[in-house]
Amino acid sequence: MAALIDYSSQLLDGAWVTLELAFTSLFFGMLLGLATASAKLSEVRWLSRAAFLATDFLRGIPEFLILLICYFGLSNLINTYFDGSLSVSPFAGGVVALALVFGAYSSEVFRGAFLSVSKGQLEAARAYGLSRFQTLWFVRLPQAWRICLPSLNNMWQNLLKDTSLVSIVGLEDMLRKANIAAQYTKQPFMFYVAVGLIYLALLAASNPAFAWFERRANRGFAKAA
Amino acid sequence: MDSLVLLLTESGPVLLSGLVTSLKLLVLSCLFGFMLAVPLAVARSAQSRWLSLPSRAFMTVFRGTPLLVQLFILYYGLAQFDWVRHSPLWLLLEGSFSCALLALTLNIAAYMAEDIRGGIAGVPAGEQEAAAAFGMSRFMITWYIVVPRAIGIVAPTLANEVVLQLKSTALASTITVLDLTGVARRLSIAAYDTDALILAGVAYVAIAALLSSMLKFAEGRLNPHLLR
Repeated sequence: MAALIDYSSQLLDGAWVTLELAFTSLFFGMLLGLATASAKLSEVRWLSRAAFLATDFLRGIPEFLILLICYFGLSNLINTYFDGSLSVSPFAGGVVALALVFGAYSSEVFRGAFLSVSKGQLEAARAYGLSRFQTLWFVRLPQAWRICLPSLNNMWQNLLKDTSLVSIVGLEDMLRKANIAAQYTKQPFMFYVAVGLIYLALLAASNPAFAWFERRANRGFAKAA
Repeated sequence: MDSLVLLLTESGPVLLSGLVTSLKLLVLSCLFGFMLAVPLAVARSAQSRWLSLPSRAFMTVFRGTPLLVQLFILYYGLAQFDWVRHSPLWLLLEGSFSCALLALTLNIAAYMAEDIRGGIAGVPAGEQEAAAAFGMSRFMITWYIVVPRAIGIVAPTLANEVVLQLKSTALASTITVLDLTGVARRLSIAAYDTDALILAGVAYVAIAALLSSMLKFAEGRLNPHLLR
């Protein structure tokens, strides 16, 4: 137990890195997901085909393998073109991989949510003279948002758990800090259990956050009996 | 392209053996996981707190922590204790393959149990009342009416869980199991490129596609009345 207290600041530093990675990946993953969903809904045939093909493919590959390919692939690319003067950090590799995974899954959710906004709403918005962007931002997104929040909660939880994979390529997240602490203290059980508990706490904390988002997004809608 | 042919001819057999290991992990963990998930889901749906709370705790812990952490706890963590090393449990935890299998089994059991619990809640009350009216005992109602119906209801979700589990097996390579990802990692480090990793990715996609069409067929057999 004393060892756990000695290393607690290290673990908390690691937890901070984990959260940084998760939120950065969430940001880029959402952007990627929205862009891919738009591509899927696009009337340009080859664009929507390509988007479907890419996401179907990505969803079939283990997240861990995607991470290895992104991290080592990017490193190799940069090595060939910039002869070793630049390098990819595990953080950057992790963000690319996790954002790709999140984008691939969320694009399907966004697509479904966009489709659920009735066409009449969009036509009405256009009739009022709203621009395409205004229609998207003020009419389509807020209504789609409320549909996709529960799925986003699920995907966020998966994303947070997947951040642990990046410790394998050397990111100093909390699992890696626990690895190091376990090596020095010869008490791996305690440290891994501590990390597991921190993950549980982080996930538990995100449920009320999403509940709040959902309440906000659903204001004005009658609750089903 | 040349390098791909070279990779396949030189490392084909190793990659194939890795693939077999991955499939073994997948099939065995899903099988054992399912066997564990059914009683867990029944206990979770029970009215008695003594039954539902432990099963709920199990599900929360295994669904709320990363599989990688679970693997590390079982493989590296438990080995720290002497009494574990001298218990029969050690037979399972000692080898990396059996330890990975254990972690994957417990993990998917938690996910499947959550699905089946949803199915149990979805079994119409009338069917249970009818069974009770026929004089069936509670035990019979549970095992002959509720569980089979619940599994039928959630079959598509369970099939999805199996396809997702294929991707989870890749984590076995982190505790030195030479599954498809493990082999590909070795080859890619030796060759200093990502060809083997990409090839493994393509193989995973192909197996996932094959698996989901096979499971769709099986679902049709399980729920023939739903086929159109």
